[in-house]
Amino acid sequence: MNDHQKQFETVIGLEVHVQLDTQTKIFCGCPNVFGKAPNTQTCPVCLGLPGTLPVLNQQVLLHAIKIGLALNCNINTFIKFDRKNYYYPDLPKGYQISQFDYPIAQNGHLDIPIKGEEVKRIRINRAHIEEDAGKLIHDDAGNCSLVDYNRTGTPLIEIVTEADLRSPQEAYDYLQLLKLTLKYLYVSDCDMEKGSLRCDANISIREKGETQLGTKTELKNLNSFKAVKAGLEFESERQKQVVLAGNRVIQETRLWDENKGITFAMRSKEGSHDYRYFPEPDLVPFTVEEKTIQEIKEAMPELPSEKQKRLISQYQISKYDANILIQDKDIALFFEQCAELCPHTKKICNWLNGQLLQELNTRKNTFRDIDLKPQALTDIILNTENGIISNLAAKDIFKLILDTPQSVAALIEKKGLAQVSDDAELTKLADEIIEQNTKAANEFQQGKQNALGFLIGQAMRKTQGKANPKLIGDIIKRRLIDAQ
Amino acid sequence: MISTEEVKNIASLSRIHLKDAEAGILSQDLEKILDYINKLEQLELSGIDPTTHVLPLKNVFRKDAVIPSLKQEQALSFSIEQKDGAFKVPKIIE
Ligand SMILES: [Zn+2]
Repeated sequence: MNDHQKQFETVIGLEVHVQLDTQTKIFCGCPNVFGKAPNTQTCPVCLGLPGTLPVLNQQVLLHAIKIGLALNCNINTFIKFDRKNYYYPDLPKGYQISQFDYPIAQNGHLDIPIKGEEVKRIRINRAHIEEDAGKLIHDDAGNCSLVDYNRTGTPLIEIVTEADLRSPQEAYDYLQLLKLTLKYLYVSDCDMEKGSLRCDANISIREKGETQLGTKTELKNLNSFKAVKAGLEFESERQKQVVLAGNRVIQETRLWDENKGITFAMRSKEGSHDYRYFPEPDLVPFTVEEKTIQEIKEAMPELPSEKQKRLISQYQISKYDANILIQDKDIALFFEQCAELCPHTKKICNWLNGQLLQELNTRKNTFRDIDLKPQALTDIILNTENGIISNLAAKDIFKLILDTPQSVAALIEKKGLAQVSDDAELTKLADEIIEQNTKAANEFQQGKQNALGFLIGQAMRKTQGKANPKLIGDIIKRRLIDAQ
Repeated sequence: MISTEEVKNIASLSRIHLKDAEAGILSQDLEKILDYINKLEQLELSGIDPTTHVLPLKNVFRKDAVIPSLKQEQALSFSIEQKDGAFKVPKIIE
């Protein structure tokens, strides 16, 4: 076969590190907070001083079980910790406490949406508990590196997929759903900018139909979901070119350069991947009671995909709308509160997924930052549906209410935004419009339907949008036909 | 057989500087230890759970409650060099 006709398949596996939301670090009582002055959140335990002992934060184990269950994993009822040994200045003890052969969760999956109704099952190999390292700042001017140990000992969960992802897009979709799922669990803020969620990727290519895996490279320095996708796209293409040129892909760690849009091989010391794991003697093993697992299962919130299915069937909204709603569980809840007050569920979706998201975007707010009451939105919708206010006026009212929460009825009254629906008043208006626009009126009478739209526009303009457009249209039409 | 090269590699991973003579002695010592472990591996141990910890303890937890941290000066007092509130170390190149 000609090289140029070769069809390649990309094979991707992801390792995601998630910082857990707890009051304190994993093995000591230091606060688990971000953004403090360097080295102000440390103690002898997380600095790895001699003679100290780590003690596991119980909340970390509970969060880990919750995550494992949400990812459909088996929870191991016996777990232990191990030392992963390597020397790097961000690791004060010279080892990271992690889990090697008895992790908390194994053999799970996450079903990511693909096209239409279909989902694709991405298997989760394992999720284990470990501690985060400190932060290194490279000081070029001072020709040195600076270490801040505040982050040392922040609880982490590492979630490792099988090599089931077949494209950068699938990797992106998996990350989106994983993040959303974790946010629903209230276990992490998953903020990539703060480093609470970090992703490394393993990627290889092979000819279509081949069952053996190709040589993989590990991709690091992927600082956003977009970077993950772009980095994988570049790397997949690079590997193809290597193979097409008759060369072999080298197993190595490569870094994504966001600015240049390329990956490059990381300089690494020989044998640095020999971590010499051994059981952590400073921590005794842990058993997880079946009862604990059961309790966490029962308290499990509705997860994104379940919520999406329920919203569709319970409120007869489209999959598209439901998918947007579930991206923010606060908005999804708000939707349900509105749906209790107002039967126009499609209209509620339109407002939330359109106008609201647009306003949040321009105001750089999250839904939590604003004070919108369900009744306010449903009042706007009902007033629009009943023809009391125009769509245009509705949008103005919506903005005003986001600025200052207030009664919709009072606002319509105060601003004089109610549409004119009074028959006598509109008839008078229709006659004026016809008189002032004889050309268009004649055209309509000669069968030119477009002319009516023009006349309605004139009426709306004259009343600053307050005329009920449907009614005024009907009346103008009637008056013109009657006059013939 | 554990070679002096392997001993040197392990030593370098552990940041232990060995003289050639020391590596030779250690290679013999490690050889004896591994021989002994090989003997242990021949024991009939099916049905016995692996020992993961020598103490008969499990589930030692801490409540998720804050204990005040060290002050920055205290934390840094263990270091040889400091700069801008951080531990100063030789330049690390990635
Ligand atoms: Zn600490």
